[in-house]
Amino acid sequence: MLGNKDPLDFIDYIRDNPDKFWTLFNQHMTLVIYAVIIGLVIAVPLAILTSRISWLEKPMTWISNIGQAIPSLAVLALMLPWLGIGFKPSLFALSILAILPIFLNTLVGIQSIDASVVDAANGMGTSDAQLLRMVQLPLAMPFMFAGIQTAVVQSIALATLAAYIGGGGFGDWILQGLAVRNFPILLAGAVPVALLAMAAEILLGGIRRLVVPKGLTVQ
Amino acid sequence: MPSQMQYLLDNPERVLELTWDHIQLVGVAILVATAIGVPLGILIHRVRWLQLPVLNLSGLLYTVPSLAFFAILIPYTGIGKTTATTALAVYSLLAIVRNTSAGLDEVDRASVDAANGMGMTAFQRLRLVELPLALPYILTGIRIATVAGISIAAIAAVIGAGGLGRLIFDGIRTVDANRIIAGSIMCILLALIADFGIGRLSLLIRRDLRASAERGS
Amino acid sequence: MTYNGILQLNGCLFWKRDCHAFSLLRPTIPSRHPNNEDVVMGKGVCLLLPMITLENVTKIYRADGHTTNAVENVSFTVNEGELAVLIGPSGSGKTTTMRMMNRLEEATSGVISVNGRNIRSMNVVELRRNIGYVIQQGGLFPHFTVAENVSIVPRLLGWNKKRQRQRAEELLALVDLDPSVFADRFPRQLSGGQQQRVGVARALAADAPIILMDEPFGAVDPITRNQLQRWLRQIQRDVRKTIVFVTHDINEAFLLGDRIILMKDGQIQQNGTPADLLRHPASDFVKEFIGDEFALQALEHTYIAELATTEVPAMPDDGLVISGDLSIPEASREITQSESTGHEGFWVSNGNGEPDGYVTYEEFASVISEGIASDVENENRDEINPELIGKENAKPDAISPR
Repeated sequence: MLGNKDPLDFIDYIRDNPDKFWTLFNQHMTLVIYAVIIGLVIAVPLAILTSRISWLEKPMTWISNIGQAIPSLAVLALMLPWLGIGFKPSLFALSILAILPIFLNTLVGIQSIDASVVDAANGMGTSDAQLLRMVQLPLAMPFMFAGIQTAVVQSIALATLAAYIGGGGFGDWILQGLAVRNFPILLAGAVPVALLAMAAEILLGGIRRLVVPKGLTVQ
Repeated sequence: MPSQMQYLLDNPERVLELTWDHIQLVGVAILVATAIGVPLGILIHRVRWLQLPVLNLSGLLYTVPSLAFFAILIPYTGIGKTTATTALAVYSLLAIVRNTSAGLDEVDRASVDAANGMGMTAFQRLRLVELPLALPYILTGIRIATVAGISIAAIAAVIGAGGLGRLIFDGIRTVDANRIIAGSIMCILLALIADFGIGRLSLLIRRDLRASAERGS
Repeated sequence: MTYNGILQLNGCLFWKRDCHAFSLLRPTIPSRHPNNEDVVMGKGVCLLLPMITLENVTKIYRADGHTTNAVENVSFTVNEGELAVLIGPSGSGKTTTMRMMNRLEEATSGVISVNGRNIRSMNVVELRRNIGYVIQQGGLFPHFTVAENVSIVPRLLGWNKKRQRQRAEELLALVDLDPSVFADRFPRQLSGGQQQRVGVARALAADAPIILMDEPFGAVDPITRNQLQRWLRQIQRDVRKTIVFVTHDINEAFLLGDRIILMKDGQIQQNGTPADLLRHPASDFVKEFIGDEFALQALEHTYIAELATTEVPAMPDDGLVISGDLSIPEASREITQSESTGHEGFWVSNGNGEPDGYVTYEEFASVISEGIASDVENENRDEINPELIGKENAKPDAISPR
């Protein structure tokens, strides 16, 4: 194995290739952010709709459960025959996969609201939009955020794989390192992305705690 | 469609061989993870202050992308099955530890008191009362870990661990849609069968437990 | 109860005031409505408008091939300023009936009108904003402060923040919750009874003329419940809203109701004043419902002789005579079990069997409700034992007071 030296050499490698590093970083984060935003835009309205239309709930939950079991590499790879390689197919796959956790969590969040609160709100004459804005979204926010947290971390992982179908990102260095059997390059891709994922988890977890409405936690 | 299924039909032995590889990979990892995870779960259930750090740490490790995890292990455990299994085991730990601990938490206080009152040692109580009652949770943890493991094991093919991922990556490399589809479908099937199968199994075990509890044994 | 006496007279007194009786859609600054005395003494004039009218209202649920007639052909009118109690056993359709008034349930057939307007023709959101709504579990928004909860409907109506806050503080004071202490707390931090009062304050906030209450005091302990009942009675004297109140507790109905509508299996069994129900029960069911449910423990220390006035009208042949040494619960049982007569009251006999006292049914019903109200304060009262309610063995040990 070439480069069987001190694995910490990867730090030097990064230092020697800053432009490439930041390019990969940008590619990676672009994929993640776009995917999560698209996921949000589709999943949240979908969850709200499902909570309103009772017969939707069963099929949607069923689909979500199946969706959760499907290996994500398969989803990514299946883009190839029909959409080719590059940024767009990667984004497509990541978006679809981001929808799932956001949808599930938001739905649970909405359903967890005490039925009597919703009844009182209806009885007082809130319109649908007001009910959503004033009651359901604020109270479902912590759950929704947990979904976003999961979606982000998941997307970071998948964006790593997306390098395989031409999506760029840190996965490029990992694959390169594997191909030429070079540790520093390998780790130069792997360690930053690992740190990125952990940082995202911690950061978003912190924000989530801030997003819980005050009235739910006071003593 | 038939043309896409062609690969499966042309190479059944290869597909089956890879499937078996895949199952082995995940199976070993789950076994190891259960062997370590269940005791660990029991430990953190007992020693309260360990709960937060252990769960947080494993939660954090879980967020690391699998490819990156494999890559980081490679300098130490080389490429191939060992690395893959190790990483898979670590990933599975989270679900199993968390669910074991939660399951033990959910055990009815009254049963625990009764067991103590009867003079059982902690170990006996664990074996006869707590673990059986926490079993549904533990099995759920194993199910989640297995399904996730099948997904991650597919990725492990890229570091030489074999399995159905091999089909997928070869397909990507040679731009062969058939292989990609074959690999993907088998993976999906495997995951769904595992999800369903373990779910059914835990239902059966629960029914068994309830029956024996009612018989008073 | 005097108010109901006026209703039963065929006269109508008119009063002019800046009132929302004429426009459902215009909330106004709270006005002091003339109270009973003003009306009786002829000060000012009042227009007794029917506020809510139900005509042949039916609600049918269809699920999985089963049809349930939750409410069947129900018709009644609630007049302005009345507190009408919808009461009955579980499944009687009382809650469904109430919920049809603000269209949380839509009637399958029949017409519900508020102020003469069919509510079906109104925008449902606007309708609800003009009707206060209080439910058993409170339904306070956990993520809003108490003040924000109270001022929700004003907020929906677009009042400015300052006015919202002012109104919230006014109402909190009205419901005996010190604004400086409670306004910025969250519902979690309040006790059950306090949360219920916030719920009522919330319903009063936009000064809606009608308030619907669905077992609002059901979820708190009996002592708090009694306090809340007496407190609502007091408030209603001041604000005189049109209230529709659902309960299964006959005590509550007698205590609070100007009118009682007893329902069973989706149909009305009787619609009348508390005195009506006592004096002219329309069926055996009504008799049983009142008789069995009446928690009259506290009144057992009171005997009929004490109530009797000495101005005794001449007793007709079919007048009802009750022995003066009967306690109120016993007398009440006798009354409900006896045949109804056309008279306004009953005669009380002394030790010699001579009718030398008289009690009107109005008076009797009012004493009973007062008795329940003062239940908690009565030092001599026994702990209300639910098992003894309605049992024949609840005879007091005390010697006859005479």
